[in-house]
Amino acid sequence: MQNSTRRLQALRSAAIVSFGFVLILSAFLVSDTLLTYGLPNGGLVSAFVSVGQIIAEATGFTLLSFRFGWRMLAIGGLIGIVGPLIGMYIVHREMAMIGETLAHTAFAGVAIGLLVTGATGIETNYLLPALIVAILGAFLVEYLAARSSSYGDVPIAIMLSGSFALGTLVISYGGGLTGISIEGVLFGNVSVVPPSGGTIMLVLSAIVIGVVATQYKQLLFITFDEQAARVAQLNVSAYNSLLIVLTALVVVGAMQILGVILVAAMLVVPVAAASQIATSFREALYLAVLIGEASIMVGLVAAHQAGLPAGGTIVMLGVVCYIAAVVLSDRDLAAISIR
Amino acid sequence: MSDPRVSAVIEVTNVSFAYGDTSAVSDVSLTVESGEFLGLIGPNGSGKTTLLHIMLGLIEPDSGSVELFGEPIEEFSAGHRIGYVSQQSTSKGSTMPITVREVIEMGRFAHAGSQRLNDEDHAIVEEAIETVNIADLQHRRINALSGGQRQRAYIARALASEADLLALDEPTVGVDAESRDAFYGLLDRLNSDGITIVLIEHDIGVVTDRASRIACINRELYHHGDTESFVESDALAEAYGASGRVVHHHH
Repeated sequence: MQNSTRRLQALRSAAIVSFGFVLILSAFLVSDTLLTYGLPNGGLVSAFVSVGQIIAEATGFTLLSFRFGWRMLAIGGLIGIVGPLIGMYIVHREMAMIGETLAHTAFAGVAIGLLVTGATGIETNYLLPALIVAILGAFLVEYLAARSSSYGDVPIAIMLSGSFALGTLVISYGGGLTGISIEGVLFGNVSVVPPSGGTIMLVLSAIVIGVVATQYKQLLFITFDEQAARVAQLNVSAYNSLLIVLTALVVVGAMQILGVILVAAMLVVPVAAASQIATSFREALYLAVLIGEASIMVGLVAAHQAGLPAGGTIVMLGVVCYIAAVVLSDRDLAAISIR
Repeated sequence: MSDPRVSAVIEVTNVSFAYGDTSAVSDVSLTVESGEFLGLIGPNGSGKTTLLHIMLGLIEPDSGSVELFGEPIEEFSAGHRIGYVSQQSTSKGSTMPITVREVIEMGRFAHAGSQRLNDEDHAIVEEAIETVNIADLQHRRINALSGGQRQRAYIARALASEADLLALDEPTVGVDAESRDAFYGLLDRLNSDGITIVLIEHDIGVVTDRASRIACINRELYHHGDTESFVESDALAEAYGASGRVVHHHH
């Protein structure tokens, strides 16, 4: 018992430090947003860039001597928190494929947004139409799931491929009308994330963290034992809808770095790794956030240094953590059976 | 504990429910009084679980009405007064990392609302853990426990929520005989402390030994009355063997 309490305290402390680090990076995003809209930003952006230049001079690591480098790191830091945070609930509700589905739905949203931009000339960040369509898709998935006996994979598979097909048709129809890279949307493109991408991520993360912080217990109860939660008069249908909408928010926010194809990994892989070795839900939550943060931070830096795609590097690091966790948990089981 | 002014904990009136064209529960009326230990029995597929789900508001009946603690079920909001141990709750946590204590703490969630659990909540959780005698298991993952130990944890969750009514759906499936006896001993103790119990159990011997009243159904209600009258009646043979006819309904 003392061991598990000490482990939990250590993980909690590490998660708080990590959260503090992301909070500092979020201050950059706020300042970055203010600067973009010509508002006074207190010079925070230039202070961050100056720090980055000092780091570059000392180590030769140049990423942080640019404004976009800090923006990328800050968005990544937020993804490392909100991805596993929502992932803890959807993975253990056996809804792991929902993230993948909503990402593909968001892709249809990007395509529709591009078409609207081409037709009307109104330019917005491509994440906004993605967000709207992903939320509509979230309700559609919930509607379909409620009319099957469980979160069966058939309606989810149909939604996944159907929305992707819609996206490709729309893009084909409106081909040549847009300036954004579809490859960047599919696989993520860290070097062209605009300031508005940081603003959107900041707002989405604040909503997700705020909701989970206040509804943690209810979401946990429903995740573990939905029937008992219903008997306890929790509005399970409303919480299910809330969870899927939060998933859509996370997916759209994280899409800009990880891309449509890989975004779901950040909801699933750190949680799967943490759940292999954690004893309690809290422990798994802290561990999942730490694994998510480590994969993203190390992945972004390594990808920049080695000229690799960031999304793929981040996800592969997460997968390595997962395999390590499986090996570790097997050793624990072997040790228990020997005793 | 139960409101002394309300003696009927559950009141089901002319309830029917069908899955599509297949009738699961047909025109069932019964009352569960405060402090009662009701055994709900019937053959496989007889609608026991459906009826229990209707009683708890998990399924809305096609016709008829249900009252919980004197309130129409549509208006009932004191969910913490009911502790429910479902058939699925034993398997649901199989891959989820969650400790026994975290599961038991869920019993306090309705009381705490959006606040963190306070010292009083933790004291009540401790007391529930002591009552079911699983203090040494509280920091283990729930899926590392045996079936019998896990069921004790779910009972502790109900106690932590200060439930007046405990509804259990075949709680000892896959539990060894010794643990099962200990488990039913615990239910007896809780019932003598005033907690109303509704138990679905496939082992009729267990039910006739423990329950004060029995409801025997096979879509229709074949018997509802005290255990002695059930043992002396033909309801068992009728419900399990022949097509239905008589409703023994004693209050």
